[in-house]
Amino acid sequence: MADNFFLDNLDLQYHLQHTDLRHVVALKEKNFSFHEKYLAAPRNYQDAQDNYRRLLMVLGDICANVVAPRAAEADEVGAQFRDGKVEYSPATQDALHAFKQAELLGTMLPWEYGGMNLPETIYQMMVEIMSRADAGFMTIVGLLEIALSINEFGDDAMKARVLPRFARGEVTGAMVLTEPDAGSDLGSVQTRATYDEAAKMWRINGVKRFITNGCADIMVVLARSEPDSNDARGLSMFLVERDDSVTIRRIENKMGLHASPTCEIQYTNTPAQLIGKRRFGLIRYAMALMNGARLAVAAQAVGIAEAAYREAYRYAHERVQFNQPIRNFPAVSRLLLSMRSEIEATRALIYEAARWVDLEKALEHHIASSAKPDPADRQALKRAARIAEALTPLVKYYSTEMGNRVCYKAMQVHGGVGYMREFNVERHFRDVRVTNIYEGTSQLQVVAAIGKLLGHSLDDLLNEWAAQDYGPELAPLKNQVEEATALFNRSTDHLKECPTEVIDYYASDVVDMATQVINSWLLLQHARADAKKKSVAQVYIGDQLPRMRGIVAAVQAADASPLKNRDAILASAF
Amino acid sequence: MSPTRPYNSIVLVKQVPDTHNIHGDVMKEDGTINRAALPAIFNPEDLNALEMALQVKERYGGAVTVLTMGPPMAAEVLRDALYRGADRVVLLSDRRFAGADTLATSYTLKYAIEKIGAYDLVFCGRQAIDGDTAQVPPQTAEKLGIPQITYAETIVNLDGNEIVVERAFPLGKEMVKCALPCLLTVVGSANRPRPPSVRKMIENKLAATPLEYKTLLSQWQEFETEEKLDAYLAAHNLKITLWTADDLAVDANRLGLNGSPTQVYKVNYVVLETTESKQVPANAEGINALMQELVKEYIVG
Repeated sequence: MADNFFLDNLDLQYHLQHTDLRHVVALKEKNFSFHEKYLAAPRNYQDAQDNYRRLLMVLGDICANVVAPRAAEADEVGAQFRDGKVEYSPATQDALHAFKQAELLGTMLPWEYGGMNLPETIYQMMVEIMSRADAGFMTIVGLLEIALSINEFGDDAMKARVLPRFARGEVTGAMVLTEPDAGSDLGSVQTRATYDEAAKMWRINGVKRFITNGCADIMVVLARSEPDSNDARGLSMFLVERDDSVTIRRIENKMGLHASPTCEIQYTNTPAQLIGKRRFGLIRYAMALMNGARLAVAAQAVGIAEAAYREAYRYAHERVQFNQPIRNFPAVSRLLLSMRSEIEATRALIYEAARWVDLEKALEHHIASSAKPDPADRQALKRAARIAEALTPLVKYYSTEMGNRVCYKAMQVHGGVGYMREFNVERHFRDVRVTNIYEGTSQLQVVAAIGKLLGHSLDDLLNEWAAQDYGPELAPLKNQVEEATALFNRSTDHLKECPTEVIDYYASDVVDMATQVINSWLLLQHARADAKKKSVAQVYIGDQLPRMRGIVAAVQAADASPLKNRDAILASAF
Repeated sequence: MSPTRPYNSIVLVKQVPDTHNIHGDVMKEDGTINRAALPAIFNPEDLNALEMALQVKERYGGAVTVLTMGPPMAAEVLRDALYRGADRVVLLSDRRFAGADTLATSYTLKYAIEKIGAYDLVFCGRQAIDGDTAQVPPQTAEKLGIPQITYAETIVNLDGNEIVVERAFPLGKEMVKCALPCLLTVVGSANRPRPPSVRKMIENKLAATPLEYKTLLSQWQEFETEEKLDAYLAAHNLKITLWTADDLAVDANRLGLNGSPTQVYKVNYVVLETTESKQVPANAEGINALMQELVKEYIVG
């Protein structure tokens, strides 16, 4: 069989088959009425699933045969900056061309703008496959996601003008938020937007930094539209179509993701259009944009981890030491096993989160377009939004940390050669490193998640899962997951009563436990649906539970002593 | 130079067993291939031919019609052609066509091409990976009475009723000029065939001839009956044209096995096995000695 990054990935195929998107697809496709107007729109759910499978097959083919074989070249050559212009490497240009020919760009946009109305869940599968091939290339394609924000928050004229160009693959996008002094703290953005009364348009002035694909044709830019403000509420979101007033000052010399240029941009009286309402730039639009991007970065980390795992697996089978392949040694097979089970667990978490995000968006759109919305739909939306909001930072945090762990272990399996440029694992190790930094560091994700967890945002979901019947065969496993859930609940109960500083200090422990509990429930459900999944569930749950007992002990002992000693230790000479 | 006029193309394609990926179970005891054990694929160089036709269409305008002869399942390569951008596809399928050698095949194709009509260019792959004869395109050109350019790698110019093509050979290139209409056989180095478009794939996935309706119904039961499926396909322009011998002005005696004088005289099969081997010392002298030997034996150099 020819190489194909979708067809060779049985776990991903499992998720395509088992992730229940019935409700989402029916809502998005307006009960499959779009088919009357657009031949590619599905006739029913089975048809939609078949379409998604076909799309992923084409993607998997291109990624395996066009993108991946030249990923090392794209990394080595990298995007170049010459005479104020950014140029992708030839390998990246060819990859983009193939994507354009396959009409894979902009497929998430609605039918009316030339997209294929894809659910978020399917898009995350695409991200995973692309990232396995070349994580840097994926960031360029992934930034087409700004088109979704324009679709969500822009006005009709703007959408009609801009979105079809995204769908045809004529333009690339950039999400322009960060500045030299506004990184994690975006509320302090200084780039100014002033309304030019004479020209009847907004103009942007300022410098932005660390902008992935900042050379894009179309960008959404966060800028201060309210001159007297100094916080998040003075910021608005703008659409900029790049012209001569936009100068790329330099591109960064990065550790990884070389295919994708990271730019410093200067705006000088740059014409811009307001997206949505003034003052909502950060608190509403950028947050929505970043939530989508966070899920994509999580999928990116899984894709890189998948690539690294496969390299390690192959190497462990080929490499002979002491007269046998090194995979025979328990120390090595343990590495492989933990990589494999963590990847499968994370995938379960990602597609569960994506499903809730899908449901939230589909219900939101459905209610907004109904003359007399059903109160039951409103309830369902509230629930989906709450769960999606809690799961998104969890997924971003867990998946990117997992990706780093897996790449670290994959290099370890390779031994010395893994440290060499000639081996792909060295690139994966570099590429994955930024995933738990950009789009909000792990530490910020923990801050976002802990409030939700202490506020019991996921309790109803966990209770629902616990109430399900898993059959006698899985009963011992279910007992373990129940114990894990009880441990998690005990920690949140304890921590909730602690001072804020103590909560923040121990938050990551509780967030770790939450993801382990959720993953365990999901793997248990998969074991019920498919017997082949049982052994992975056993390994994962069996590995996590004893650790959780240790963590809960640490959290229960939580007190302010590290915080008290912190100042004394860190202030003393070293 | 600005495009002068649109050009209509016909592309001849073939579904072949994937002989590039032969594995242990595929060879029978007698050395012949068990075709059922090999996946059926688009003949690789036919994809290059299709790509060249699609590029002509993109540059100059005109329609691309793809034609194949084969069993009902050969419609798969026609769907693939639709996914990549062909405008129209035609399947020649009839028990009477079965068992055709290159003579009977080219005879049948000639009548189908004439029935399609109004063409400027006929594109074929240089040869198919199953029979490897490379005979069908030249014979078809002869029967159509049009000139042929084999081993075409690049269309250098297309202007009015004249084409300039660069031909590729192992040891060089040749530029030829030719009047239209003409037939080209395209080599693998000509281009990189485009991937299928996902949108076109999804739009055209049900495209079929009536010969495939039963299979389709078993997968898509919502259509209920062949009549309803047929009505849906007709309404969405998804019916693949199917021609049998009755649709062509052909002499039945010149079709299929009856029209095929070729007889297989003998099949030789080669079992590759190690007989002699030679150890080369892993140092500069060893490699030098090996290179000199290879040059002396005319294997390299």
